[in-house]
Amino acid sequence: MKLRRTMLYVPGNNPNMVKDAHIYRSDSVMFDLEDSVSVNEKDSARFLIFQALRCIDYENTETVVRINGLNTPFGADDVEAMVRARPHVIRLPKTETAEDIRQVDSLISKVEKKAGIEEGSIKLFAAIENARGVVNAYQIALSSPRLVGIAFGAEDFVTNLNTQRSKEGLELFTARQEILMASRAAGLHAIDTVFADVNDDEGFRREVELIKSMGFDGKSVINPRQVSIVHEIYTPTFEQIHSARKILRAIEKAEREGSGVAAVDGRMIDKPIVERARRTLELAQLSGIYLDEIEEEESDAQ
Amino acid sequence: MKLIRTGKAGTLESSDVMITVKNNPANKIEINLQSIVEKQFGRHIRSFVEAVLEEMEVTSAIVDIDDRSALDCVIRARLETALYRAAGITVFRWEAIR
Repeated sequence: MKLRRTMLYVPGNNPNMVKDAHIYRSDSVMFDLEDSVSVNEKDSARFLIFQALRCIDYENTETVVRINGLNTPFGADDVEAMVRARPHVIRLPKTETAEDIRQVDSLISKVEKKAGIEEGSIKLFAAIENARGVVNAYQIALSSPRLVGIAFGAEDFVTNLNTQRSKEGLELFTARQEILMASRAAGLHAIDTVFADVNDDEGFRREVELIKSMGFDGKSVINPRQVSIVHEIYTPTFEQIHSARKILRAIEKAEREGSGVAAVDGRMIDKPIVERARRTLELAQLSGIYLDEIEEEESDAQ
Repeated sequence: MKLIRTGKAGTLESSDVMITVKNNPANKIEINLQSIVEKQFGRHIRSFVEAVLEEMEVTSAIVDIDDRSALDCVIRARLETALYRAAGITVFRWEAIR
């Protein structure tokens, strides 16, 4: 399981943020060549990210570059440069159709071949940001073997819908569901949109809890301060870990005794519950929780 | 690479560097460096810039550098951008860029 709880936006022409992008410990950093870079600085941002990716060790943080669309004068050159700089992922903004992804995929393949890079090594993320993209979400999700996830971009989406964002997010509900369903059906990650008000920690926390409960794998974040809030919400609690371990112990015992059925605290344990318990423990481990220490605490409590 | 106009790239923000390049009528390389870390890294920055100029086959240029403690990769990126702008090149051969 790969964690993509947080994808931190980093403006592509800001060396100060580019050099320190990974120190906030987001799961992914996304260097932006698109909306945060003015038309006159597209070349300088491209050079900056090209050199940064080749020189700076971002350790275990996944590196993502948001390129300009191929329907702009900058997209093709972004791909030419970025594939050679070898980020883990290229993110295509404003994806509307499966063909959009296929075009980028084919261009990436050409550059990989020319540059002697193993074909298919650069992964793709599609960002869906309007109604057309939402309607085509499943086709987009199936469009390329490079695709590892779909991100939702709500700011452009609400503009396209002739509405605006509310704290409750009712206007985003269908799009979130469609993107999530398409991603899950195709075995991809689903990443929710940014929360723009960086001073509203409570509102942000509510939104992260909402999207986590919907099933999203994570969220795009625009401020390093938001990273720890998302990670905290996505990290299983002691109670959840304890309960997951209890379930797995019970099912292992039942299997040893030749029975496929077990019960914990009067509740029948079946396959989906076991699967969720395993996922909880895996998530806890990847989140940096020392399961051994929890095991010791459990033994002490007994 | 021949410089046909003045090319400028970068900003005066922390960790960035502003580089201006133009052709030198004296037909040689002239580097004017201002840096907040000049005492520690002045010599390194100059030789690094000279090396990039040589790589890009620039033999005649006045290079003004206002450094705000930029990493080498930032200096290289800003210098390359300024040089391409000064040379009027908009189609890049990425395979040749180091």
